[in-house]
Amino acid sequence: MKFHDEPVAGAPLPILPGHVSPGRLERVLRAGGFAVTAELAPPDSADPEEVYARARIFDGYVDAINATDGSGANCHMSSMGVCALLTRAGYAPIMQISCRDRNRIGIQGDILGAAAMGVCNVLCLTGDGVQAGDHPQAKPVFDLDSISLLGIARTLRDEQRFQSGRKLTAAPRVFLGAAENPSALPHEWRALRLLKKIEAGAQFIQTQYCYDMPLLRAFLRRLEDLGALDKVFLLIGVGPLRSAKAADWMRTNVPGIHIPDALIERLRGAKDPAREGRDICIEIIQEVRAMNGVHGVHVMAYRQEESVAEIIDRSGVLAGRVPWYPGRDRELKRMDTEDKVTP
Amino acid sequence: MYRVRLWSVRHARGLNRLYRALEDLLVMLRPLMRVFGDERLERPFAAIERGTKGFLFDCKMCGQCVLSSTGMSCPMNCPKQLRNGPCGGVRANGNCEVLPDMKCVWVAAWEGSQRIPGGVESLRTVQFAVDRRLEGRSSWLRALRQRLGEEK
Repeated sequence: MKFHDEPVAGAPLPILPGHVSPGRLERVLRAGGFAVTAELAPPDSADPEEVYARARIFDGYVDAINATDGSGANCHMSSMGVCALLTRAGYAPIMQISCRDRNRIGIQGDILGAAAMGVCNVLCLTGDGVQAGDHPQAKPVFDLDSISLLGIARTLRDEQRFQSGRKLTAAPRVFLGAAENPSALPHEWRALRLLKKIEAGAQFIQTQYCYDMPLLRAFLRRLEDLGALDKVFLLIGVGPLRSAKAADWMRTNVPGIHIPDALIERLRGAKDPAREGRDICIEIIQEVRAMNGVHGVHVMAYRQEESVAEIIDRSGVLAGRVPWYPGRDRELKRMDTEDKVTP
Repeated sequence: MYRVRLWSVRHARGLNRLYRALEDLLVMLRPLMRVFGDERLERPFAAIERGTKGFLFDCKMCGQCVLSSTGMSCPMNCPKQLRNGPCGGVRANGNCEVLPDMKCVWVAAWEGSQRIPGGVESLRTVQFAVDRRLEGRSSWLRALRQRLGEEK
């Protein structure tokens, strides 16, 4: 999707009526497009080029890039730093904010700073417990939880004030997101909890990996019954499984990830399990695309980021659309001229 | 104590009734309490709460009790101190992702709230950020003042 008024890289788009942010992700979703987002694993490094190299892998295939915030409670470059670098190049990052490491004073300041740098999307998360990561001796903060964080972020944007009531001179124009895990217990509660997030301010949702389609359908049905489906943009979490062994390890060791036995058997029987994993991912993307209330996919291909382009390409969900990336328009123009030259 | 805490969730209905009765009693005693003044009552009340709720619920004295809307399962026992429902990491056996030997306090809250009339409905209430200044203070006195409209 190309917008006629798209300005130079890095500069924000005008905010359209009914939109809260100047970002491309909100535009694509509100225009009815099927959005694709992907997760960028921040480097253990202070070298900006490492961030750009990780972003370039997704060029032309994703509408926004998630910058994780110490995911799994492991220490990496901050989501704030990654977002600063990405916005400089014109990319559309989704800044993940976890409540584990900062209190409300730090977080509100970060939201303002991020918006000032051109970050248009913020994903409000509670975050993993410190015990899960590489610094279990650290102090867990958890001053807020994801839902109170959403409330505070919305107050900053819509009421133009801090939680304390102190006024801002300019509000952060950010599109607010939250996460949900349709596969985790208690299943009956997940839709209700999502509704709560919507009430607190969530406008888009990125889910944890969904490998169990009947479970996802039941979740969507519950959301429909609650009248929540048309109140939020839902992006389903997907990702390629590398092998039966990796899948089995994931479901045993990563809490909240549910992978049906049938999928593991299918990987075990495959001649090329990695290829089979990508095929499964593509089938899931195509299946969720057809589901009522699904507006996109969020691809988490940890340590297989190079496979995202192939997966999105083969799934056909972009339907010929080329999401913006630095240099896209030059590239498209070149291809256009080549088309004209070749008879 | 962990086992007492689980017992309390199993007996959420009775405990909720007891709570209501206690609140009504305090409303009746309110004129008498005014003689002493809340500041003087604060410490004895906090001590009683620490003792009883500490025993029954492993209460962490956040000072803004939401037990009756969380099925008598104290959310401050969640390692992430979630106040609005379970995180996405609940294990397949219903245990906590951070403390694998502990039942998720929100899985317990879900069960407890089925036993309280209107309990599931009250889980839908968005709980906003905790006021950390209230830590260690009596939440009964605060709830009483709120019920009588003396405090917002």
